[in-house]
Amino acid sequence: MFIGKKRLGEDIAASEITDHPIYLDRRKFLNGTAAIATASLLPFSMLNAKSAVPEASYLNLKQSPYSTDEGLTTYESVTTYNNYYEFGTGKSDPAIRLESINFPDKSKPWRVSIEGECDKPGEYDYDDLIRPFTLEERIYRFRCVEGWSMVIPWVGFPLADLIKRAQPNSRAKFVEFTTFYDPEIMIRRNVLDWPYTEGLRMDEAMNPLTLLAVGLYGSELLGQNGAPIRLVTPWKYGFKSIKSIVKIRFVESMPQSAWMKAGPKEYGFYSNVNPDVDHPRWSQSKERRLGEFLKRKTAMFNGYEEHVAHLYTGMDLTKNF
Amino acid sequence: MSKLKISIFIASLIPAVWLTYALLTHQLGANPIEAITRETGLWALRFLWLTLLITPLRWITGWNKLVTLRRMLGLYVFFYATLHMLLYLWLDQFFDINDIIKDIIKRPFITIGFFTFAALIPLAITSNNAMVKRLGGRRWKKLHKLSYFIAIASSIHFYMLVKQDKAEPLSYIALLVILLGIRLYRHHKKSTIAVTVLS
Repeated sequence: MFIGKKRLGEDIAASEITDHPIYLDRRKFLNGTAAIATASLLPFSMLNAKSAVPEASYLNLKQSPYSTDEGLTTYESVTTYNNYYEFGTGKSDPAIRLESINFPDKSKPWRVSIEGECDKPGEYDYDDLIRPFTLEERIYRFRCVEGWSMVIPWVGFPLADLIKRAQPNSRAKFVEFTTFYDPEIMIRRNVLDWPYTEGLRMDEAMNPLTLLAVGLYGSELLGQNGAPIRLVTPWKYGFKSIKSIVKIRFVESMPQSAWMKAGPKEYGFYSNVNPDVDHPRWSQSKERRLGEFLKRKTAMFNGYEEHVAHLYTGMDLTKNF
Repeated sequence: MSKLKISIFIASLIPAVWLTYALLTHQLGANPIEAITRETGLWALRFLWLTLLITPLRWITGWNKLVTLRRMLGLYVFFYATLHMLLYLWLDQFFDINDIIKDIIKRPFITIGFFTFAALIPLAITSNNAMVKRLGGRRWKKLHKLSYFIAIASSIHFYMLVKQDKAEPLSYIALLVILLGIRLYRHHKKSTIAVTVLS
């Protein structure tokens, strides 16, 4: 039974899903013959074509010392269980909706503007934006504020690399990010104050863990995962990892995120994973790792304490939640 | 049992059968535990709304036979609410009594959910004919007015637990306002008639 499954690949046939060892060995596969063995789909799945990991589009990725060796959440779960409220508030809404919508529309250029307090502002085509950077794989834990978690093999590059090229000036204390918004295809208009925005303090943005992701499981991001480019801050609740970025702005004062505007008592600027500071309506001490039956204890800073705790020394984390 | 009653009895089991089937065939998505907990709660709510629909439907259609379905539908509320509660106690809290007590005290939506379920218990216990007789019709009816409290409390429980998109709980609340509004309107009309007759 599905809910009894503890780790990836234990009770799903190998023909249905690429399990962890095969996935980690995939370069051998790719070098050898053709592609990953991912043939048939789960017969009863609501969403077809999501259970198979697509052929890798990013090859020879640099591996990262920041990666965890925990079991990966299945590709199917990562691509069908999403919060992307612009496309619907049910977990499978974005995946279902994006089967019939072409998002992001590859026939149109994806522009990202870098602006605000920096010496090298500019508007870039997606390809030009990412060209200078070396892509690497980062396997990170991902903890949602709702109390579930995943382990995701992202493909991306450190946000710090991009920031260094933009050359922020001395007034740049924070970075504000904005998600693409088109009410024609993003039909849930009144859930939050669109476009979705998020922010990081400059030192958080420069932290080596902070990633701009362009792919997962070795292939390009799907719309529901925030294609073509998104933020990943693994020590913060998932909603901080803003999707489908069109604007990166350096600012002097702390930006208000979409969630802060929606519920200032429930969602703070920092939103660091913290088992001791509850959401006003539910506990944050435990989490359900997708695919596991028992809940596990949530770790401080989602287990990234050694890399980020110093950013918050002397701060009252109950107040700066 | 009438044919109508038997068919409603069987139809009311369909959600439970479907949920079990969907669970076993991996159709509940990436987080089946959350899905099945939410679905059983929603079905408890839906059956409660159906139970509350019986009386106004009887007034409108004059079809008094409907009332024979009410207790059975009410028991299905209890059935789905019990599943919902057990799934929470088991799969969310793993029967850890300390955690459960903390959760009930600390989380208003859990507190309300807990009391809502507790209020269902006396109604379920007194749902057979023997108990109706023992209590006497008037007292039984009075006790079962608790279902209005249960409906309001479960709406609040639902509204509070939804993170941001309140459209779904609000649509249930709107329906409840209608269901209770009809009763108030009729009650008001009856008493004005009574007053007119008396004076």
